Amino acid sequence: MAIKERLSGNEAVAIAMRQINPDVMPAYPITPSTEIPQYFTTFVANGQVDTEFVPVESEHSAMSACIGSEAAGARTITATSSCGLALMWEVLNVAASDRLPICLALVNRALSGPININCDHSDAMGARNTGWIQLFAENNQEAYDNMVQAYRIAEHKDVMLPIMVCQDGFITSHAVENITLLEDELVKNFVGEYEPEHYLLKDGESLHYGPYAVTNYVMEARRAQMQGLRNAKQVTLDVAKEFAALSGREYGLFEEYRLDDADYAMVIIGSAAGTAKDAVDELREKGIKAGILKIRLFRPFPAEEIAEALKNVKYLAIMDRTEDFETNCGPLGSEVKAALYNKNLHPAALNYCYGLGGRDVTVESLTSVFEDLMEVEKTGELGEVYRYLSVRE
Amino acid sequence: MKDLIEIRWHGRGGQGAKTAALLLADVAFGTGMYVQGFPEYGPERMGAPITAYNRISANKIRVHSNIYEPDYVVVVDETLIDSIGVTDGLKEDGAIVINTARPKEEILPKLNGYKGRVYTIDARKISLDALGKYFPNSPMLAAIVKVTGVMEEEAFLESMRKSYAHKFASRPEVIEGNMKALFLALQEVK
Amino acid sequence: MASDINRLGLDVKWQDISLGCTIVGSGTSESFKTGEWRTDTPKFIVEKCKQCLLCAPACPDSAIPVKNGKRGEFDLDHCKGCGICEKACPFHAIEMLKGVR
Repeated sequence: MAIKERLSGNEAVAIAMRQINPDVMPAYPITPSTEIPQYFTTFVANGQVDTEFVPVESEHSAMSACIGSEAAGARTITATSSCGLALMWEVLNVAASDRLPICLALVNRALSGPININCDHSDAMGARNTGWIQLFAENNQEAYDNMVQAYRIAEHKDVMLPIMVCQDGFITSHAVENITLLEDELVKNFVGEYEPEHYLLKDGESLHYGPYAVTNYVMEARRAQMQGLRNAKQVTLDVAKEFAALSGREYGLFEEYRLDDADYAMVIIGSAAGTAKDAVDELREKGIKAGILKIRLFRPFPAEEIAEALKNVKYLAIMDRTEDFETNCGPLGSEVKAALYNKNLHPAALNYCYGLGGRDVTVESLTSVFEDLMEVEKTGELGEVYRYLSVRE
Repeated sequence: MKDLIEIRWHGRGGQGAKTAALLLADVAFGTGMYVQGFPEYGPERMGAPITAYNRISANKIRVHSNIYEPDYVVVVDETLIDSIGVTDGLKEDGAIVINTARPKEEILPKLNGYKGRVYTIDARKISLDALGKYFPNSPMLAAIVKVTGVMEEEAFLESMRKSYAHKFASRPEVIEGNMKALFLALQEVK
Repeated sequence: MASDINRLGLDVKWQDISLGCTIVGSGTSESFKTGEWRTDTPKFIVEKCKQCLLCAPACPDSAIPVKNGKRGEFDLDHCKGCGICEKACPFHAIEMLKGVR
């Protein structure tokens, strides 16, 4: 029996963590993810989990402790946001190259500066190329469901890589919404025990992590690591299938919303996708064929599948909730366009930077993006291909 | 009731407007509705103006934006009427509920010509009578429940009793005071 | 004891490299012959040796084996010829042969 609840995104993720009952949680608080370790330490104090909670003095230490603990053979979890993730950056790479399936709950918040506590994706996007798997959520339900599925993906023998489970700071992390939870026992059985082949504390075996690699080894090591990340795509689909059987909720690499026959499509990540669906419904009522492709798995990037899903789209808007300072496009814009190029697809494509530092994203503002696409169709002119949405000018 | 009602709360940091919005989401959830309760976070401090929001619907809610054209507005601190546009975007077939001891005639001229329904309630007096302290959020919560009609009063009180029992598990003595504040507020909002 | 040091050889393909370049098993450095780096070679003059054992712990490469409280001949598979042992020996029982590999 599913459990109907109303929870904030942070509460939902903390509950998933309790149900997973990881071995170790090193964490350092930072808004807006602070509530996750806060709720979780209550579970620790109440004896509801067996987890060893390790208070540390910085996020760099938190991730370093995660690496030590995971290498020792303990299933390890942490949470952070924004500058906390940036401070972890050096060791995020180590966690991935050491092939340690650590789980990190990321509550997306703008990187400084100007200093700001609200949502954008600059933190996750800044760490997108550290070798971590990245899952994004539209709402509290998806954040919870992704957390329940995370270790099954990360710890799969074909993958063995750390995973970042992302949700939008405040917009979902602090919003109370309806949610359906799974029973503790179901989650426990679904996630299972962590049984690595080798680990530092394994009885009768000695092991060395992170040896120096001379030039002769680095390319082979990177190639193998990239393969692990590439394999995460199929594993994500396989795990989602099992999860659907358990929960009735279906997940893929991305969600297609009214995309089948869409002439105008929007590619978007996170909470704004829900708002975009309302915009699409309104446009559809007017007979305008609009659709959404909402990214769930950003790393590894499902380029081929995205290109396939967008193959009939004529006008495309790609929404980046970060300013990447590439100056021509954002990361999602760049990658979606590259995916299309590889399949010889050439829809008229605009790339938008939107929602920085919590700038509100409304049905109206996203509708205006579709209207921009219709204007491109009418005039036959693309105009500025990299645009800012809802910026004062 | 409409398919979707949207509520905007205005308060000052520390008065519990955010908590009230979350509690409203809580009790509406209890009646089987889809809900959202969320604050608009900024660099607020004790006393700074804050905004919180509710959406309550019979259908799944997907939109994740702030609310610009609310059906209802709750003003937890009447001094805000002078400093911010509390009726901005407020629908004329909706209503505004204001915490004030002053007569309605004194408030109306400050509402930028708002033509919808205006309710007032002296949440300070109710709170002091019931709790001996000034916590305006419980009376304001009861007031908005009554004004919106999102649920029956009996069901609301029953649900709140459960909520308080959970929230104040370690301080059961404050439950009755809060229940009294709700009860009084339901009578006195007008 | 399991050891997959062979999966870290120079001819190992990316498909076969150990997960995260981890090395399973201990003492694997023994199979890595560093002796070929040597340009000078120590000579052990047994007659002068008092078995004080000051040389053995001074050797950075553990190339002076000690058995039953007595040191033996140099392990030239691992001696890099640094000459520290020569300096450590109070009895001139070790002599570095310059230019001898």
